[in-house]
Amino acid sequence: MNRYLRQLKEGILDQNPTLVQLLGMCPTLATTTSLENAFGMGMAATAVLICSNVFISLLRKFIPRQVRIAAYIVIVSGFVTAVELLMRAYLYPLYQALGLFIPLIVVNCIILARAEAFASKNKVLPSAMDGLSMGLGFTFALCILGTVRELLGSGSLLGYRVLPESYPDMVVFLLPPGAFLTLGFVIAAVQKLRGMSEERRRRRSAAPADTAAGATAPVAADGAHSAGEADGAGRKED
Amino acid sequence: MSFTDILLLMFSAVLVENFIFSRFYGCCPFLGVSEKPDTALGMGMAVTFVMTVSGAATWAVYRYLLVPFGLEYLQTVAFILVIAALVQFIEMFLRRFIPALYSALGIYLPLITTNCAVLSSALLIVQEDYNFIEAVCFGFSAALGFTLAITVFAGLRARMAYADPPRAFRGFPITLIAAGLLAMAFSCFSGVQL
Repeated sequence: MNRYLRQLKEGILDQNPTLVQLLGMCPTLATTTSLENAFGMGMAATAVLICSNVFISLLRKFIPRQVRIAAYIVIVSGFVTAVELLMRAYLYPLYQALGLFIPLIVVNCIILARAEAFASKNKVLPSAMDGLSMGLGFTFALCILGTVRELLGSGSLLGYRVLPESYPDMVVFLLPPGAFLTLGFVIAAVQKLRGMSEERRRRRSAAPADTAAGATAPVAADGAHSAGEADGAGRKED
Repeated sequence: MSFTDILLLMFSAVLVENFIFSRFYGCCPFLGVSEKPDTALGMGMAVTFVMTVSGAATWAVYRYLLVPFGLEYLQTVAFILVIAALVQFIEMFLRRFIPALYSALGIYLPLITTNCAVLSSALLIVQEDYNFIEAVCFGFSAALGFTLAITVFAGLRARMAYADPPRAFRGFPITLIAAGLLAMAFSCFSGVQL
């Protein structure tokens, strides 16, 4: 059980696929104009990631090494088509908002990377857990970006007006330049935090038993920090 | 379908609706393979080659294979297979017949299978219901826009190597911020009425 929890923490924080491994940039930049879209995209990718990891792990002894990438792509695209059809049937507004980025989950580097690096070498249950934790890490990163961009760009969250009416909407955050700038500032904040925690670890290398205590702190600091940084950037631009 | 229409389509695909700066297709290679201008140009050329051919191939597959059998919902699976096979085939063909071009593009070709610009151009061609000539022109000019973006950006990054940003911004963040500024420059094209 402990092992799965550690996997979950790795996926969401230490090895976050978007903010630390820097994979899957296209959907990260394109679908984070609002928190709702970001969450929807993250969940769709998570569903595909879990299914494809389980399936590839089941078939890992049968797929020949030479054609493994092609086999993975076929498996992933099958699940993506299923998710696409389900979303068109039950979540039509979200399906329309995300547009081509749902079929483009097929070529999301995170999914192929996890298939190649994890699911092809591990048993089914750890692979499913890996899919879940990496998917949640991706969703988490998208939600940070979605929150910052929706808040600064249209002054609302999940469609409800949060900031006072006197706040001038900075539309640039909903446009492509804002996507690049926000992601840049968020990753800078993550690098800063990682540098700080590494230094702390180095200083305390004599007593290496404080990982559990330090694990939860960065999350809260992360969100606040990145929002603050991006806010500063917004003001500069305005 | 007149010549002017084609020209307008190409202009808008290269500049107004640039794949990277206004639609975000192909950001992974854009951020990953843009450290040196000449490798960026090589990647751009490889993408241009594949996207032009795949535009034609996926158009034909959709029109003559998927539509007659009522299998339009399988387009994602079919297109990614066509693109993967095509990339493999182009690689073999170049190695056999045009070795000079192969040694220039060789290392970038396998990466293109998972480049979302190629798949998305195939899907856009279906969505916009282009005819064959439009499909080929769209694939070619969208890839040209990609090449323009990645080459210009590689030039920027080559100069940025001498800059000294704060420690937390070193590497990826400062690259993204530069991309944001370049995207602002490109967004001035979005006001162009065609």
